[in-house]
Amino acid sequence: MLLRHTPTEIKERSALNINPAKTCQPIGAMYAGLGIKGCLPHSHGSQGCCAYHRSTLTRHYKEPVSAATSSFTEGASVFGGQANLLQAIENIFSVYEPEVIAVHTTCLSETIGDDLKQIVDKAVKEGKVPAGKEVIFASTPSYVGSHVTGFSNMVKGMVKCLAVSTGKKNGKVNIIPGWVEPADMEEIKRIAGMIGVSFTMFPDTSGVLNGPLTGEYHMFPDAGTPMEDIRSAGDAIGTLALGEWCSGDAARTMDAQCEVPCRVLDMPIGLKATDRFIDALRTVAGTSVPDAVNFERGQLIDVISDYHQYFFGKKVALVGDPDQLIALTEFLLTLDMQPIHVVTGTPGKKFESRIRELCAGKGFDVNVRAAGDMFLLHQWIKNQPVDLIMGNTYCKYIARDEDIPYVRFGFPIMDRVGHQYFPVTGYKGGIRLMEKILGVLLDRAERDAPEEKFELVY
Amino acid sequence: MALKNKSIPDVATVKEELLKKYPTKVARKRAKQIVINQVAEGDVVPEVQANVRTTPGIITMRGCTYAGCKGVILGPTRDIVNITHGPIGCGFYSWLTRRNQTKAPFDSSENFMPYAFSTDMQDEDIIFGGEKKLAAAIQEAYDTFHPKAIAIFATCPVGLIGDDIHAVARKMKDKLGINIFAFSCEGYKGVSQSAGHHIANNQIFTHVVGEDDTPKLGEYKINMLGEYNIGGDAFELERVLEKCGITLVSTFSGNSTYEHFATAHQADLNAVMCHRSINYVAEMMETKYGIPWIKVNFIGAESSAKSLRKIAQYFGDKKLIDRVEEVIAEEMPAVHAALEEVKPFTEGKTAMLFVGGSRAHHYQDLFTEMGMKTIAAGYEFAHRDDYEGRKVMPSIKVDADSRNIEEIEVEPDATRFAPRKSEADLKRLAEEGFTFKDYEGMMPQMESNTLVIDDLNQYEADKLIELLKPDVFCAGIKEKFSVQKMGVPMKQLHSYDYGGPYAGFKGAVNFYVEIKRLVTSKVWSDLKAPWEENPELSATYVWE
Repeated sequence: MLLRHTPTEIKERSALNINPAKTCQPIGAMYAGLGIKGCLPHSHGSQGCCAYHRSTLTRHYKEPVSAATSSFTEGASVFGGQANLLQAIENIFSVYEPEVIAVHTTCLSETIGDDLKQIVDKAVKEGKVPAGKEVIFASTPSYVGSHVTGFSNMVKGMVKCLAVSTGKKNGKVNIIPGWVEPADMEEIKRIAGMIGVSFTMFPDTSGVLNGPLTGEYHMFPDAGTPMEDIRSAGDAIGTLALGEWCSGDAARTMDAQCEVPCRVLDMPIGLKATDRFIDALRTVAGTSVPDAVNFERGQLIDVISDYHQYFFGKKVALVGDPDQLIALTEFLLTLDMQPIHVVTGTPGKKFESRIRELCAGKGFDVNVRAAGDMFLLHQWIKNQPVDLIMGNTYCKYIARDEDIPYVRFGFPIMDRVGHQYFPVTGYKGGIRLMEKILGVLLDRAERDAPEEKFELVY
Repeated sequence: MALKNKSIPDVATVKEELLKKYPTKVARKRAKQIVINQVAEGDVVPEVQANVRTTPGIITMRGCTYAGCKGVILGPTRDIVNITHGPIGCGFYSWLTRRNQTKAPFDSSENFMPYAFSTDMQDEDIIFGGEKKLAAAIQEAYDTFHPKAIAIFATCPVGLIGDDIHAVARKMKDKLGINIFAFSCEGYKGVSQSAGHHIANNQIFTHVVGEDDTPKLGEYKINMLGEYNIGGDAFELERVLEKCGITLVSTFSGNSTYEHFATAHQADLNAVMCHRSINYVAEMMETKYGIPWIKVNFIGAESSAKSLRKIAQYFGDKKLIDRVEEVIAEEMPAVHAALEEVKPFTEGKTAMLFVGGSRAHHYQDLFTEMGMKTIAAGYEFAHRDDYEGRKVMPSIKVDADSRNIEEIEVEPDATRFAPRKSEADLKRLAEEGFTFKDYEGMMPQMESNTLVIDDLNQYEADKLIELLKPDVFCAGIKEKFSVQKMGVPMKQLHSYDYGGPYAGFKGAVNFYVEIKRLVTSKVWSDLKAPWEENPELSATYVWE
């Protein structure tokens, strides 16, 4: 057994986190930064963080992930990292020539209390930021929240540092997609395009972290949201924020700063959340939903009805990030599955109440934990077995030990391809999720079936 | 590719090109870290600046002290519960991401490697201190797992807020009666992973080595130092050594256990693979217990044979010397057969190697065996002795950024110090040309007019590839995909791209086959679509 020391008996722990279901803020900020065109993320801390965050994103995407670091030494850690950041800004613009540097912090610079705004102002004053270029920033202390919080903070930082209201509305809708894959960002844009909405989406990593191999390497691909678009997002007629944890703060900041009203929706994963997203798009744009969208929705319904018998009543364990899990839980319930264990490492009691609300009256009891870990999830599974696990790559240790069908979902997925190219959002994404779930459930049924029960057709 | 048509510039021009874009101060510093290798009489090579602070914003490949300590040295030991004291990231990122394989003999044997343990510090721990939470975490780990030892690793904020992790370790050790020890490996210490190696060496030596005097039986007892069993390298070495009749007391720290470290002082020879990470333990074991150390290299079939002969020569026993020759004779036919197969594809091709603190040198042996030339190489975090040889150590100055890394004083052990060789034996070995503590460094082995670059960054890597067009580029995960985007085969020499082993005889064969796969892979000829290759053919609107 890989996880041979995990006991069935559960003792509550107050201090020791075992097998985390989250990681720390800055990696989320780095991912968000990569969704701006011509942007180099910068980690203001000691260089180990930056190396770890780049490596993890690279293992997930199999793509180059460039980011710079202030490379704190012991001296800087005692006396402050201002000199390091000023040097870094100068070196980055000279050597790598980005349009914008997106600075985030680590537990080191946050504990010291470095003031990013003051340092960036100083850099501008000293002429270290070339004309027309920008340094934006966000505070991302690793000892608060999780990687999701860091993503949210950097998206909020984009609004704070860039968005301005000229007083004249531009007729566009801002879409903040949340921490979804490049393929999902593409899908969200495609859907908004089909509805006929004029929109600005930020951040947007499509084309950045799922790019082609051509024989030439460009550190800054011709993709990502242009800085200008984020600036003029302050003139939008409204903001649709997808996912409370990932996008809510940025949307509300936009409202406070530029008087752009906002609605926070769930991430459009599964039938109902996609329905609500499309309904919101239709309403804000004053358009009607084209037949092509209804056709895709009908295809999803068709697959659900075709294969309902294999989903019905199946027990599922889920682990991941709050916005994704809320939408996924709702989708599994739509399929009449039973998500009986749901864990996120990201703190937030609202998560627990939302999952409980969704599962209420569905005929089963749900174990749900925010700020939980995968050790607890595994113990829950030992006590109440499931038919399916959905979560990131680390779930494969539990899946193998307990011999449970497993679908990779969320971040990070470091051992398979697909997530960067094919969406899980929208109706198409719903079909893909069902395909993956059915694949592992039926593979298992066929593996275990006695020869006389082995079937040709399902 | 357009690149292929360009002529290859000389190294001086390349160096000039690499420096051209830098601000003056950066250019001045990098000029000392980018060296054109020249090997003079007596293996004298130019001085390279190494182990100095990283230039902010330069996009370094380097990591931190915590990674060097927890990730590298202590990570591979299966039966110690390693608790990261810090916010969640450090523990998460070092969770199963280095491929130190381990094989617990029984289902009941302890193996904590698939687990990540962290105190997951929150803002209140930063404000009020995290010592209480750390003590509680140790208690919870003990209650749940009952391990024989617990290690604690500090991360960046721990040093700043003043948590005394060593005091907590002592208190909990007294309370629980198992060995509990701590590492002050805050990420900002030193300038790279290297400081973490040193800190790990000091604490493992102080708290574990020599803890167990239960006699270790066997002939020709050695420790393998600085071998981390990436992709099963140590398994291959265990196989070869066992075949030779050599007793492996411990490996630091691939496929290791607490007990291996605790009894390591009973070996009669320390064989050092990765000089950078473990030379401190080698030196301290010699001073305290009288165990000499030699440098070995089991990367490359010829190098493996040479290293086995060196170990046999040390023990000087005919039975062992003969057995080693038999084993080499048994292993080599498969190696030669593989070389015959791959060499037509690899002969004359070029490689660049930029890897941590050891492999950029060792793997050159494998490339040489395949008839390939290393045209540029460098380390992330090695010191001058790894580049130029240990002979330059007296002239190395410790700078302000590394001054606070503790050097511990070691005395000969009152009862257990025992010189392994008599003066006469040492004299005889010296006459035979045998040297102890003899790491000659990477540069003397490289040809003159090759490039040696310390702490390579993203900009320089891209430029080097553009200008020198290597057939294979070796580095790590952060470099892999930008290199491949340029149409150049890339080999990860940290993770081995999830393959391996590459050490020993079987490892050499694996590596030859892998490099042949890379240099013959058809994908690189498919980068352009047919319509991009023949743009002049426009539509004709007819069926031919």
